[in-house]
Amino acid sequence: MISKEDVKHIASLAKLKFSEEELEDFTNKFSHVLTYVEKLQEVDTENVEPTYQVNEQIQLLREDEVVEGLSREDVLKNAPDKQYGYFKLPKVLD
Amino acid sequence: MEITKLSAREMRKKLIDKEISSKEIIEAHIKKIDEVDGDINAFITLTREEALKQADEIDRKIKDGESIGSLAGIPIGIKDNIVTRNIKTTCGSKILENFIPPYDAAVIEKIKGKDGIILGKTNMDEFAMGSSTETSYFGSTKNPIDLERVPGGSSGGSAAAVKAGEVALSLGSETGGSVREPASFCGLVGIKPTYGLVSRYGVIPMANSLDQVGVFGRDVADAALMLSGIAGYDIKDSTSMKVEDTDYLTKLAEDIKGMRIGLPKEYFNIDMDKRVKEEVLKAVKVFEKLGGEVEEISLPYAEYGLPTYYIIATSEISSNLARFDGIRYGYRSKDYSSLDEIYINTRSEGFGEEVKRRIMLGTYALSSGYHDAYYKKAQRVRTLIKKDFDEAFKKYDIILSPTVPTLPFKLGEKIEDPLAMYMSDLMTVSVNLAGICALSMPCGMVEGLPVGLQIIGDRFKEMNILKAAYAFEREGESNGI
Repeated sequence: MISKEDVKHIASLAKLKFSEEELEDFTNKFSHVLTYVEKLQEVDTENVEPTYQVNEQIQLLREDEVVEGLSREDVLKNAPDKQYGYFKLPKVLD
Repeated sequence: MEITKLSAREMRKKLIDKEISSKEIIEAHIKKIDEVDGDINAFITLTREEALKQADEIDRKIKDGESIGSLAGIPIGIKDNIVTRNIKTTCGSKILENFIPPYDAAVIEKIKGKDGIILGKTNMDEFAMGSSTETSYFGSTKNPIDLERVPGGSSGGSAAAVKAGEVALSLGSETGGSVREPASFCGLVGIKPTYGLVSRYGVIPMANSLDQVGVFGRDVADAALMLSGIAGYDIKDSTSMKVEDTDYLTKLAEDIKGMRIGLPKEYFNIDMDKRVKEEVLKAVKVFEKLGGEVEEISLPYAEYGLPTYYIIATSEISSNLARFDGIRYGYRSKDYSSLDEIYINTRSEGFGEEVKRRIMLGTYALSSGYHDAYYKKAQRVRTLIKKDFDEAFKKYDIILSPTVPTLPFKLGEKIEDPLAMYMSDLMTVSVNLAGICALSMPCGMVEGLPVGLQIIGDRFKEMNILKAAYAFEREGESNGI
């Protein structure tokens, strides 16, 4: 079983927050899913390598040629806040 | 002649024969959308103006005797997680509600290069997380066969749009069954190609090692046409592979006599709707009649597919969705006084419940102290699941199973119970874990609702599953099904 405190901790790692009411419901549903995936622990994986990628690991090489990328204007078009051609953030240091 | 009921191939042929114009084809589909989409809600964004302009251009090409592409004049729907230059791309999420991509995905460039006409962006479960299209921020899509039922998901909008005749073809995307399940629920042909066959450049990622663009058509040849239109190596996707032959139409009608067919007992012995099982077993008989050599096989690790999938997919999700931070694009919360609050409030307000749940599960699986027990464990089990298929394909050409263990369910029936919803993907997720190819096609009806047959093939053996599907479809037609 996972506790409400655990869920709060994971939420802080994931940069998410939940109201008390949401937390209750979430902890409950989350526990069910966790119990289900616990099933994996019964599989013997001694000496089995992990498969992170199904394709053969071939790095295809290419010539290092300069090509046109996106313009600064295009890149900034969707930014919620920008200034002087940069993304704008609130002050990080005082 | 009702234009919206023609196959994509017929539309193109009539266009070449000058029986109809490209403009007439597009106008007929826009009319259809106006009639039905208020009820179905298959589209998030429509691109009528651009589509009509493009239709005029194709009509001009034909008039001037210029050559036209393989998708010429065919109206196509695009799942809203595939970026389209200057056309809003939302991923079904509030966090991308107003996102206008500055570039086209590789598959969009291919479609445009072959004169296909994009008619709009289709509804989907938020960030492709769901099996019913109910988690979309823009409301549920309804199944055109029965408006009280879900179209499946996550590519539910793309499936519903093709079924309802709003477009002739569409693109969806797959991570664990998001094309095959809606194809099954809407009575369509849906293909999940081999991992690496289609470029993922410009597809907003959910789980990179599993994601692949898929296609919908109303029959096998239409789906094959769409697949041929988007397959192929792309320098911008380091996981895309150099494949020699991506023409899936020419050999479609080849005989399947002697084809070796495996029936995995694990997929038939699970708890499922008996009526679904019966229809699929009837389909198996048809394959025997067509000369297929059918044998029972075993995929011993099948039962671990779903938990393995949920650990790997959510781990990749938690990492991928870290990019949504309210800084570079997308929604930003109004309520913040520090950088951390921008992140937290933006993400908490911008993501829906299922997306948060999966980010949380993935964060947990990757967190210190649990990484080996969950994430690495799942990647090891994945090796065993893949080996099951590798062994099977040494002896068999295709594997048959139901696509989904149930009939299309009603809206609201499973949305409050995540695990019940996940079970819809029981027979599809292992295909993504192994990176092989599969399709779903209609194989029968139960109480007016379609049953999907899943045909699974080895890596880059799309031709095997398509030939089998085509032979089955033709046999059905000759028997008046």
